[in-house]
Amino acid sequence: MDLLNNLALGFGVAFTLQNVFYAFFGALLGTLIGVLPGLGPVATIAMLLPSIYALDATPALIMLAGIYYGAQYGGSTTAILINVPGESSSVVTAIDGYQMARRGRAGAALAAAGLGSFFAGCVGTIIIAAFAPPLTELAFKFGPAEYFSLMVLGLIGAVVLASGSLIKAIAMIILGLLLGQINTDVISGVPRFSFDIPELTDGIGFVAIAMGVFGFGEIIANLSRPAEHREVFTKDVKDIWPTKQDFKNAYPAVLRGTALGSILGVLPGGGALLASFAAYTVEKKTKGNPGDVPFGQGNIRGVAGPEAANNAGAQTSFIPMLTLGIPPNAVMALMVGAMTIKGIQPGPQVMTSNPELFWGLIASMWVGNLMLIILNLPLIGVWIKLLTVPYRFLFPAIMAFCCIGLYTLNNNNFDVFMAAGFGIVGYLFFKLGCEPAPLLLGFILGPMMEENLRRALLLSRGDWTAFITKPLSAGLLLAALLMIVIVSLPSIKSKREEAFHDEP
Amino acid sequence: MKIKSQKDFWSGLMFVVTGLAFAAGATNYSFGTSARPGPGYFPFGLGVLLAVLGAVILFKALTIETEGGDRIGHIGWRPLCLIVAAVIGFGLLLPRLGLIISLPLLILVASLAGDEFKLKEVVINAIILTIGSWAVFIKGLNLVIPLWPSFLAN
Repeated sequence: MDLLNNLALGFGVAFTLQNVFYAFFGALLGTLIGVLPGLGPVATIAMLLPSIYALDATPALIMLAGIYYGAQYGGSTTAILINVPGESSSVVTAIDGYQMARRGRAGAALAAAGLGSFFAGCVGTIIIAAFAPPLTELAFKFGPAEYFSLMVLGLIGAVVLASGSLIKAIAMIILGLLLGQINTDVISGVPRFSFDIPELTDGIGFVAIAMGVFGFGEIIANLSRPAEHREVFTKDVKDIWPTKQDFKNAYPAVLRGTALGSILGVLPGGGALLASFAAYTVEKKTKGNPGDVPFGQGNIRGVAGPEAANNAGAQTSFIPMLTLGIPPNAVMALMVGAMTIKGIQPGPQVMTSNPELFWGLIASMWVGNLMLIILNLPLIGVWIKLLTVPYRFLFPAIMAFCCIGLYTLNNNNFDVFMAAGFGIVGYLFFKLGCEPAPLLLGFILGPMMEENLRRALLLSRGDWTAFITKPLSAGLLLAALLMIVIVSLPSIKSKREEAFHDEP
Repeated sequence: MKIKSQKDFWSGLMFVVTGLAFAAGATNYSFGTSARPGPGYFPFGLGVLLAVLGAVILFKALTIETEGGDRIGHIGWRPLCLIVAAVIGFGLLLPRLGLIISLPLLILVASLAGDEFKLKEVVINAIILTIGSWAVFIKGLNLVIPLWPSFLAN
């Protein structure tokens, strides 16, 4: 069995002392930032990018992956205990989880979330291992036209499923693509939009954009809002272990959530957020046992289902990034950036050229999930204490790490100034209600998209119809178009807006 | 004409202006032909597309009624200026004065942007973060960061 051999190779890599350490460190850090208010995985991964110069590629990516799924765990802890979703994917967990906590059942809610996530994480890992190789084979058949169309689909999918205003999100993608045009043209060698500034001929560093917009911009936005009042249910967390009845109620929800999350995670733009929303809707529609607590008042299925789904989605959203080199969300975009920093060209060839990295990363996800359950359930008291760290200590620390990281990128203060500028831009986006995540996706994909477009046009001798006469490419473009049409239908549009209305 | 959604009006305007600026800038580079696209081909097309989308957003902002006018609300000038100033100051001072002076300064200026400012807490925070950064970045990761001011280093 190929699958077993591959997984054996992966576990061999993942279980070296060094890699276990980085998986642990990533999971720990992820939980920490998931719990701490006002600090998300995008900003944290951006903060850590400069320091991965000192690491090998495999441990570096293992650590970054750990941060991503660790943040999903940590985010649900805050959702349950203080009704503040640490991550956007835990928004629906807060609905029933917080009610459970108010009834003194915080322990059972946390356990359901943790165990459900762990199960989903295991399944997600196996799915990646099983589906990555065939998808990679398919990707090798792609020419430049197909790649271009795939990226269009990926970008459209990312905003159709996961943002507020559709047209503004598409505009943000294009703005990102344009920012990616500030560089030296790969084909002709002409520097573009550089205003004779030598640093700009290499392009804007994506770390500067990510830290500026997601780090500094968010800090400014948080500080300009009045401080929120938090009520923490700390003393109620005693009985961690759920009752037998809880298990009985929760496990079908976990199974459904895992299945749903695994499928939705693979879709471009899917990932954790959409998965948890969908799972909650499914749980609400599914008939429970007589005498169950109604939804919205502390039903354990409303915690277990979405939590399993968001973790499964977080895992399977690695599939498009690992097999095609196309990031489905902002965190994956940073992972692609991290691979490029380490000199690995993301794409289908990673599996054959760096099998240790590829399978080691996949296996480490299972290891990381196991650690998370150990970190989260017995140590819950520590995380609760951290919840009370005031933001006024936190944001100067974030700024210190960002600034030092920016300086060390090129041992030059240019990136520090760029990030300061993008901090202003980020606050502007916040004020104008423009989501910054699509901009980052566009920025990362911009140069790849241009290269594929121009190569496709060269091959077709300038014939634009090549994109719709090739069946694979036409299908991908059609799918993108369909997505836009469907979400623009009035009935779907109002539902979609309703779903995003709950977000903070 | 009345603006019906402030947020959309200004963001639409931002997209139109940026799109046109990029499209105009792209005309400085060879456009090429469709069969041989030059360096100006892609950015020109994108710039025009962005301007068109911006115009649609602008049009909607002026025609479609929204609840309460979708106001932008007050702008937090104090955190905006202080945070940006702290970062730029750090960028300017680090090569000259080293981490030992510029980092505490960054933390001090940034902390002024918060709601609550207690000097004692800020000083403790600054000391811990400076020692921590030195331990992690200079000792631990061996990154090349000037620690002492350049006039002392020699």
